[in-house]
Amino acid sequence: MKKLLMATAASALVMGAAAQAEDIKLGIIVGFTGPIESLTPSMADAAELAMKEVTDSGLLLGGSTVTSVRGDSTCIDSGAATAVAERQITSDGVKGIVGADCSGVTGAILSNVALPNGIVMISPSATSPALSTVEDNGLFFRTAPSDARQGVVMTEVLMEQGINEVAVTYTNNDYGKGLADAFEAAFVAAGGSVTINAAHEDGKADYSAEVGALASAGGDRLVVAGYIDQGGSGIVRAALDSGAFDTFHFPDGMISSALEANFGSEVDGSTGQHPGTDSEGASAFTDMVAGAFDTSSPFTPESYDAAALIMLAMQAAGSSDSADYKNKVMDVANAPGELILPGELGKALKILADGGEIDYVGATAVELIGGGESAGNYRQIKVEGGKIETVKYR
Amino acid sequence: MDFLNAIVAFANFVLVPATSYGAQLALGALGVTLIYGILRFSNFAHGDTMAFGAMVTILVTWWFQSMGINFGVLPTALLALPFGIIATIGLLLFTDRVVYRFYRRQKAAPVIYVIVSLGVMFIMNGVVRFIIGPNDQKFADGVRFIISARDFKTMTGLSEGLAIKASTGITIVTAIIVVAALFWFLNRTRTGKSMRAFSDNEDLALLSGINPERVVMITWIIVAALTTIAGVLYGLDKSFKPFTYFQLLLPIFAAAIVGGLGNPLGAIAGGFVIAFSEVTVTYAFKKVLKYLLPENLEPTGLVQLLSTDYKFAVSFAILIIVLLFRPTGLFKGKTI
Repeated sequence: MKKLLMATAASALVMGAAAQAEDIKLGIIVGFTGPIESLTPSMADAAELAMKEVTDSGLLLGGSTVTSVRGDSTCIDSGAATAVAERQITSDGVKGIVGADCSGVTGAILSNVALPNGIVMISPSATSPALSTVEDNGLFFRTAPSDARQGVVMTEVLMEQGINEVAVTYTNNDYGKGLADAFEAAFVAAGGSVTINAAHEDGKADYSAEVGALASAGGDRLVVAGYIDQGGSGIVRAALDSGAFDTFHFPDGMISSALEANFGSEVDGSTGQHPGTDSEGASAFTDMVAGAFDTSSPFTPESYDAAALIMLAMQAAGSSDSADYKNKVMDVANAPGELILPGELGKALKILADGGEIDYVGATAVELIGGGESAGNYRQIKVEGGKIETVKYR
Repeated sequence: MDFLNAIVAFANFVLVPATSYGAQLALGALGVTLIYGILRFSNFAHGDTMAFGAMVTILVTWWFQSMGINFGVLPTALLALPFGIIATIGLLLFTDRVVYRFYRRQKAAPVIYVIVSLGVMFIMNGVVRFIIGPNDQKFADGVRFIISARDFKTMTGLSEGLAIKASTGITIVTAIIVVAALFWFLNRTRTGKSMRAFSDNEDLALLSGINPERVVMITWIIVAALTTIAGVLYGLDKSFKPFTYFQLLLPIFAAAIVGGLGNPLGAIAGGFVIAFSEVTVTYAFKKVLKYLLPENLEPTGLVQLLSTDYKFAVSFAILIIVLLFRPTGLFKGKTI
């Protein structure tokens, strides 16, 4: 009996040691094809940068390495996205998912794959307010703020410029509808009026009918809650061509270098905002990347933070099992503890290994509130001389 | 002044877009109707033939642009158009030789032809995506506007602008030329007459010594020219994306059937009927009415019959109404 106990204890020890240094796989599920395909390459690069940093430090769970498994969420096709997530979890054996990107597919993966399999998901860019209240068993977090917050920020930006009447068009999906409704609620509450709040379908050749209805409703500015690589551009093009609107307001899905390339100075005077910050972390992140990819592209710093949070939570829990580390995500993201900037993941891992506490700041001044979503800092932009310029941060 | 503003707003958002859309649909529907009249089947591969022709034209356009050849104020694509037509003629004659001729010799039922053309459609669909990819392609150059909204406002002093894109002007002018040439060909030339004879009564045409293979070949050549022109004009005016050409199939068929299948005049009328109803029914008339009505009668709502999401539904509603009450179409065509 004694021998058996000894043997069991010994084998448990051996297994424990084996679990100490493993190769941890993390899924990255973003839309490499689809309506935000011009944003996603730098998002994935940022997430992988965090994984490389952790692997190189050799401090995670006794020297574990982290490798990424990329998957294409397509941004719009829930079926394809859940299939990718299913494959990553069951066949690749990922321990956590950075993603997904768009709100619709994120909700689909969460309820169909992540929840049944008990895998943690941290989305860098899903912003639909509906995801705040979705059933997630504590598995879902996001480093992007809810659009309920973006609606308020948009209202402030427009009101400060004395614009009280706008037309709104949104892409017909969870993201567009959520943002448009949040904005309308905030804008009307602040005393503005929304003349029309109409959907547009992505992937059409011709948006003149949609723009006709928007123009008829009128307004000082057209708010385009769409995607730059899709219908959003079509709407702006048709509105410019028919002279219906000269200036626009662009939320996060519309702001990318493609906006400058497609329209240049034609949209001068337009405004917009996307999640972003000028915190110490943001500049540290830009310095660290050193031009390998564009760090001012929307949701790129958020992606770094999402990957970093998963790995730090693993370290805090002493386990790469989602069921163990899901409760630690909020702990490492928020106070109390030592402040951690990008590039300091090694230091953070060491503190956690020694039993200390950290407050992860990261590239986007991460502060998780409510059901595990970012409180939200925004970069306000304007288009001037065909270039996107930063006005200020909110 | 208010009255003028109302007219201009209406023209800008309804008249001009619907006219150019109607011209594009009419050109597409002409091709469908010719095939139906002479080869006696509904060619589902029509939309993708348009995409193929437009694709070849785009590739040649890019080649010209890289060599610095351009067409002055007109888009370079017009120079490249003949190359697109030639390639499309080649493709259609090749398809006829390897696919349709087999079924023609078998005297296959029309429904088999339809399914065969569906297969051809999927292959062309794939070929186009394989060569140029599924994304939006830009190839328009030259002057963008005949008159832009801003210029119109400063010129006339009205508060409403009227924008006419160069591509809209080109579409309408080209459509008129093509339709005139087609009717001249069908009504005045010997070959055209033999085609009409073949369409009216195949056996009688064969007895009077008309060579059927020749009629079939000429039909495909004309259809290739029509589809390529329609495809390029649509791409110039809107944007080139293979999937949107596939979607165009529905309004094009609606136009051909509403006008009366097999009747070229009907195809043109059908194209405009569909285009105008799609645009007018989904337009919000608030702006126009605001100018026309006295202040106390101004509408508070949008005065929009249907949301723009239902654009396609409009063409189908018309299609069903026409099929129910006048199965031969507005102009006397063949029943399906």
